[in-house]
Amino acid sequence: MFRCHVLLCGGTGCTSAGSREIKKCLEKELKERGLDKEIAVVKTGCFGMCSVGPIMMVYPDQVLYCTVQPEDVPEIVEEHLLKGRPVKRLIYDENMAGGGIRTLEDTEFYRKQMRVALRNCGIINPENIEEYIARDGYEALGRVLTEMTPDEVIQVILDSGLRGRGGAGFPTGLKWKFASGRRGEVQKYVCCNADEGDPGAFMDRSVLEGDPHVVLEAMAIAGYAIGASQGYIYVRAEYPIAVQRLQIAIGQAREYGLLGKDIFSSGFDFDIELRLGAGAFVCGEETALMTSIEGNRGEPRPRPPFPAVKGLFESPTILNNVETYANIPQIILNGPEWFASIGTEKSKGTKVFALGGKIRNTGLVEIPMGTTLRTVVEEIGGGIPGGKKFKAAQTGGPSGGCIPAEHFDIPIDYDNLISIGSMMGSGGMIIMDEDTCMVDIAKFFLEFTVDESCGKCTPCRIGTKRMLEILEKITEGEGTEEDLAELEELAYYIKDNALCGLGQTAPNPVLSTLRYFRDEYVAHVRDKKCPAHVCRNLLEYKISADKCRGCTLCMRGCPVQAIQGKAKEPHVIDPQKCIKCGACLATCRFGAIYME
Amino acid sequence: MSNKSMGLEERKEVPFQGTEQQREELLGFIHGHAGQKGCLMPVMQKAQEIYGYLPQEVQKLIADEMGIPMEKIYGVATFYSQFHLAPKGKYQVSVCLGTACYVKGAGNIYNKFSELLGIGEGECTSDGMFSLDACRCVGACGLAPVAMVNGDVYGRLTVDDVRGILDKYMKDGED
Repeated sequence: MFRCHVLLCGGTGCTSAGSREIKKCLEKELKERGLDKEIAVVKTGCFGMCSVGPIMMVYPDQVLYCTVQPEDVPEIVEEHLLKGRPVKRLIYDENMAGGGIRTLEDTEFYRKQMRVALRNCGIINPENIEEYIARDGYEALGRVLTEMTPDEVIQVILDSGLRGRGGAGFPTGLKWKFASGRRGEVQKYVCCNADEGDPGAFMDRSVLEGDPHVVLEAMAIAGYAIGASQGYIYVRAEYPIAVQRLQIAIGQAREYGLLGKDIFSSGFDFDIELRLGAGAFVCGEETALMTSIEGNRGEPRPRPPFPAVKGLFESPTILNNVETYANIPQIILNGPEWFASIGTEKSKGTKVFALGGKIRNTGLVEIPMGTTLRTVVEEIGGGIPGGKKFKAAQTGGPSGGCIPAEHFDIPIDYDNLISIGSMMGSGGMIIMDEDTCMVDIAKFFLEFTVDESCGKCTPCRIGTKRMLEILEKITEGEGTEEDLAELEELAYYIKDNALCGLGQTAPNPVLSTLRYFRDEYVAHVRDKKCPAHVCRNLLEYKISADKCRGCTLCMRGCPVQAIQGKAKEPHVIDPQKCIKCGACLATCRFGAIYME
Repeated sequence: MSNKSMGLEERKEVPFQGTEQQREELLGFIHGHAGQKGCLMPVMQKAQEIYGYLPQEVQKLIADEMGIPMEKIYGVATFYSQFHLAPKGKYQVSVCLGTACYVKGAGNIYNKFSELLGIGEGECTSDGMFSLDACRCVGACGLAPVAMVNGDVYGRLTVDDVRGILDKYMKDGED
């Protein structure tokens, strides 16, 4: 028994911030003081507060330390762990508001959240199956195998209203039902899509890193429901920590008889194999993913036949996303009514978002469906830094769109987001302020799609390239109003004709920015101005004669000698020579250089 | 973004230096996974882990052992961005060819690296020490022209500096 537990985040964010080093220091310090028998150090998954990592949580006091550095460790051990006096300067400051220390659940960041998929992240040691079991782990699988028929399991998932968390929102129970025919007669497969590729999205990574067993348990439940004995997890190779924890988890589950033959003496066999991606975004698309597991170039194929009929190795297959699976055991344990009581009419449960961009609390949040964007940005996210104004939230990555300020109070759910031209997507949410150019953002996402298009179908391969060329033309100041019309026409054409989800949704960032920020496009093509001062070719760097002290610093820093002037006299920039690199703006100490 | 070569013959070939031990290791892995469905990618990933890249010789070995046409292996290798047909050097040189660097003569710097190393874009020297890439703006325009070797940034370069930079790493390599 330990009198105290120190939890250290071992997610990717905190690991890059140095949590491994902190753990080493802490263990060494505890050992030297002979406290290692009293105080346990536990490496957990993600707490969600990635912007203030490395995170350290001390139980039972519930004191949350943030941005802990190795040199802070002796003080924490001496003052807090030995003498019981928390080190105030390191405590998460929101935690301190109002004078006293508040528990994690009481912080603004956590209070509006509801953790279902992330319930174990930041709480258990993901590399120890017993900690998962202590939190009701594998109980749902036991109940399913010993008390329920496969059809009853499917009915529970149907009744819960759970929809796919990978982006499209297809009802999970229905997917299972489609694949449930001819149980025991044909080989079937259960797959998990852990090929999370949207820029700025890391929900699935956090679940895999913080609670890998929940995915294994849910896949076994799915296997029982449809009559499959083999599962595959397709995970991106860019997630080494997640891969490693999955390997450990699979090994432990086999050792405990929770994977393998005759699980819970029920006669049900199920095993899981891990397959690593190799850096192709399109493999997140379901048919491409299966083609890749089969050992081919990961190109999508037309549907029908749907995977439920003919999927992996030509067999009936279900493929669900990591977060979808993370909800399954809780639905079994708490009942479909419980799950269906959370959320909105057509979108049940919670959704995890990776909050990023121009927002104070970047990190991972899980909210009940129907929470407004305002709550996410202003309360959970802590608002926009630097007193800037909210401009838009981008959801759905390269497949999604931008939600402008006018829809700030819309409850977030699948159907609402579609109706305003965006989509839920897998859960990336990038907040943008007034300094973001919407044309530039659309261009950024299209560059991504062009790069990742697999080239199999023409609308995607050539169409997105042509769209990108038009956007480049616009951001370089060469665009015309006819270009906007052509851009729209191409967008709708690609949407209707591309083979797979990647191509069909690729025009969304352009369409949604055209819908809500058309004036910005018009400013680029008609007035040749970039209102957000982002597109370099549409900018002019100038020196304010009033503010310039003639220090010559900018002159010396200019890589192309575009700045002229005598010492102690205002300088001028020659727009013909200027390449708009911004070096002068960065060097000026008097704020004399501005963009127009 | 990546300039994946479409023809092996266009590349400057680095002599294949695989050892018997590496071959044994790969064969062991292949035989251990024989009959497993869809195991080509895990095999190729293992091969790249062993050799550091997937040269023609290794692709051929996999093709022969697994009874899969070379054409398919080459197809898979070129589809995924994490498979490399050419080795990366111990020291990866990237020269910024962004606008600011370019107008300050980064093109000449790049050419000098290329000339001294005897390799082009995306290639690796035959001793495996250096590979060369051109990159986009690294955000150090004030220091233009800029080149990077692994993580180290070198700014305000002149053509005459190039040899000194390479010498420094060659010396490191001898230690």
